[in-house]
Amino acid sequence: MHVPDGFLDAPTSVATGVVAAAAVGVALKGARRELDDRTAPMAGLVATFIFAGQMINFPVGAGTSGHLLGGALAAILVGPFTACLCLSAVLIVQALLMADGGVTALGTNITLMAVVAVVASWAVFHGLRRVLPSRPGLVAPLAGVAAFLSVPAAAAVFTLLFGIGGVAPVDTGDVLTAMLGWHTVIGVGEAVITALVVGAVMTTRPDLVHGARDLAAATELEIRKVPA
Amino acid sequence: MSRQPTRPATRPTARLPLRVFLLGGLIVALLVAGVGSYYASAHPDGLEYVAEQTGFIDSAEDSATADSPFADYATKGVDNPRLGGGLAGVLGCLVVLLLTSGVAYAVRRRRTPASTASTTSTHTGSDAA
Repeated sequence: MHVPDGFLDAPTSVATGVVAAAAVGVALKGARRELDDRTAPMAGLVATFIFAGQMINFPVGAGTSGHLLGGALAAILVGPFTACLCLSAVLIVQALLMADGGVTALGTNITLMAVVAVVASWAVFHGLRRVLPSRPGLVAPLAGVAAFLSVPAAAAVFTLLFGIGGVAPVDTGDVLTAMLGWHTVIGVGEAVITALVVGAVMTTRPDLVHGARDLAAATELEIRKVPA
Repeated sequence: MSRQPTRPATRPTARLPLRVFLLGGLIVALLVAGVGSYYASAHPDGLEYVAEQTGFIDSAEDSATADSPFADYATKGVDNPRLGGGLAGVLGCLVVLLLTSGVAYAVRRRRTPASTASTTSTHTGSDAA
């Protein structure tokens, strides 16, 4: 979903640039509450893993592909503020080094993937965890649900931006239908990858999953019971 | 991420040491970027495809960094796509790792001598590596 230069006009790109800069500023402050000596290296690992994961385009039919966005994965593993920083770092390296995503579109891409996808998935994950029973076994499936919804959410916001500042004279309704359709399918891939990775971390080091911090004690009890 | 064989019964609460976990995760990421990426689908992604279909793909402009030696996840001067792509992927991973770790360590809460000792104790001494 990396937006190249040229899709959106200059005022829109400047506006998303301001949004992105403000979001990163807020994230730098908020991440202080999420990061300590133990979780700081996790942030580096999560960002690296997302950079690698985004290189793997998986086919979704009809000559189209999708790849991991990673907003949900990062938010659940390291917390939403740190997730915004992780995704921003990935997008900056991609834009500057790999020419993946435009340079003037960097603000747009940070807004879509480091803000919208992260905030949407954290809201869904956190909301569901509040109303559902507190069980370690639910963390990975709920991460999957949050990941699934984060992709069409980002696609919808791109379409909104396109409606405001799209350069080409194309009907926004057509773009919305196509964007939501394809990104719902891509969201399934996002959900599977996110649930598998969160599940693997819950199995090996549940204490490192930010979204399951409250379950640390319960997880330990459950592990204790199994072998008997 | 790789799943380690569980070692039950004797040490039920033993966890993978943090160092092992981080190193394992990093190796998986480097393998995905350095080797797995070669097998990724070459089809346009969702946004590109929609842009082609609905007719705004032509408004895309070349990035200012299109001349970067690693543009499009290739390595300038390396003709073998498997090697060039793998190199670009691994290099990108390392830059992201350094950048994010640097920021994370800079903003983290530093451990102060007499505070917050009550966080869930871990069983591995070298945990805070």
